[in-house]
Amino acid sequence: MNRNDFPMLMQDIVYFDNGATTLKPNSVIEGICDYYSNYSSNAHRGDYKLSLKASKEYESVREKVKEFINAKDKDEIVFTSGATESLNMIINGYFKYNLNKEDEVLITKSEHASNILPWYELENEMGIKVKYIPLTENHTVTLDNVKNSITDKTKVISIAHVTNVIGDLRPIKEIIKYAHKKGILVVIDGAQSVGHTKIDVQNLDIDFLAFSAHKMLGPTGVGVLYGKYDLLDKLKPFKYGGGMNISFISPKEIEYKELPYKLEAGTQNIAGVIGFGKAIDYINNIGIDNIEEYCLELRKYIINGLKKLKNINVYNENVEGSTIAFNIDNVFAQDTAIYLDKYNICVRSGSHCAKKLEDELGIKNTCRISIYFYNTKEDADRLIEALDNDKILEESLGV
Amino acid sequence: MFKLDSNLKRTLILGNYEKPFHKGLLKDKTYISGNKNNSSCIDNFDIELKIEDGIIKDIRFDGEACAIATSSMSISIGKLIGKTKEEALNIIENYEKMINEEKYDETLLEELMAYEDIYKQPARKKCATLGILGIKDLINKSK
Repeated sequence: MNRNDFPMLMQDIVYFDNGATTLKPNSVIEGICDYYSNYSSNAHRGDYKLSLKASKEYESVREKVKEFINAKDKDEIVFTSGATESLNMIINGYFKYNLNKEDEVLITKSEHASNILPWYELENEMGIKVKYIPLTENHTVTLDNVKNSITDKTKVISIAHVTNVIGDLRPIKEIIKYAHKKGILVVIDGAQSVGHTKIDVQNLDIDFLAFSAHKMLGPTGVGVLYGKYDLLDKLKPFKYGGGMNISFISPKEIEYKELPYKLEAGTQNIAGVIGFGKAIDYINNIGIDNIEEYCLELRKYIINGLKKLKNINVYNENVEGSTIAFNIDNVFAQDTAIYLDKYNICVRSGSHCAKKLEDELGIKNTCRISIYFYNTKEDADRLIEALDNDKILEESLGV
Repeated sequence: MFKLDSNLKRTLILGNYEKPFHKGLLKDKTYISGNKNNSSCIDNFDIELKIEDGIIKDIRFDGEACAIATSSMSISIGKLIGKTKEEALNIIENYEKMINEEKYDETLLEELMAYEDIYKQPARKKCATLGILGIKDLINKSK
């Protein structure tokens, strides 16, 4: 890995907002430009060489994603606009038709809005019940807590693999194994984990998985919906149109394509998917295990530095993910983030789309540092040095 | 002309952030109330306003917000109580003009001039106007 591969890193910035989105290497940017400059055409449509090349490149990414998460079949990989769309498709395309009134879904209060709101809507619409798995005092999920939350009515567990504020890695293998024994399906929000840690959907036995390209070096507007073939095949499309049908004569005489195409109506984000393929190549070249190990080590380094400061409260010291949630004493999270921006240090402040987490943490807002493999100890030092200041509030004012 | 140096601006802002004026709601039925929040950040205020005979008698607020939003709310409250609706709307209009780098009447704003440099931090413009625009909404609602 070379920081020179990332044009954004040529600026004088410390980018610690990787949980929101990651920076893109040249290979991704060039892959997108190459499509637009040299073989721009629609995929799956044309009889000419350029279109065939676009189709081939697009489909080769499906194969790469399949390999990357070790799916059984490339037809289990559906391209979407991002994890949010994937989760909405899973919930509104599958569970809406396979759950009944009073059936329960188990989530947690540290989920992202995308894994809470679609379930709330389903509760309002059809009377399912959204229940919460209690978190430990360190805001994590244990198998025991899952077991204790399951009732006869529990039909689905829908949780993040790694959460976006606390950054805890859930024991999903054990949870899924137990859930399956009870006939419960498991949806995994992989937005913060795929690209950070090895995901093997067969080994983990995941039923549905959602993740986004842009949180793993890829472009925005691309995501993946993975589902086990038999489940995915029952997912009702929410978009109908070109590219997903075989024939239509009348409302009673319609034939749709097989997976994955029946879930990819309309012209897809071809350039974005091709760019995503380059992102996967880049990650594979480094090795996902190396990325995980490096991020963990850098996280420890930052935590150790932060702990030396007198004025800081870290909420998630001992977790496996790449985020650090903190506040500076008597300084509102947003003021801290604005102060750090004066030093060109990018961190996020707020509730980070996890507004139910407030019930657990007892605080609404935090600053979040989120790490990726191009961050360095120099970045960490700049951050710690900037935070080692008892006039943060005053200096954040900009007057 | 009313001029504040940087030191005084900081003192005003920090003082009003740490001990905001009229923080805490009364839930009194003679007040009208409303919420004002920034969808792009985390600032969120509940506001109460009492107007009698066209004069602002009281303003209260509560909520969580950054130093700029909280302090400007506090200073605005102090500035607007006792004014007629028309005077208050005129002050608010001039304050908005200052934040948006348009020509404005400095003599009307006094302590609110603490925010005259906020335009240099575009992300803070919304913070500096959140509270006063919440008050403006309520004044207009009272018509």
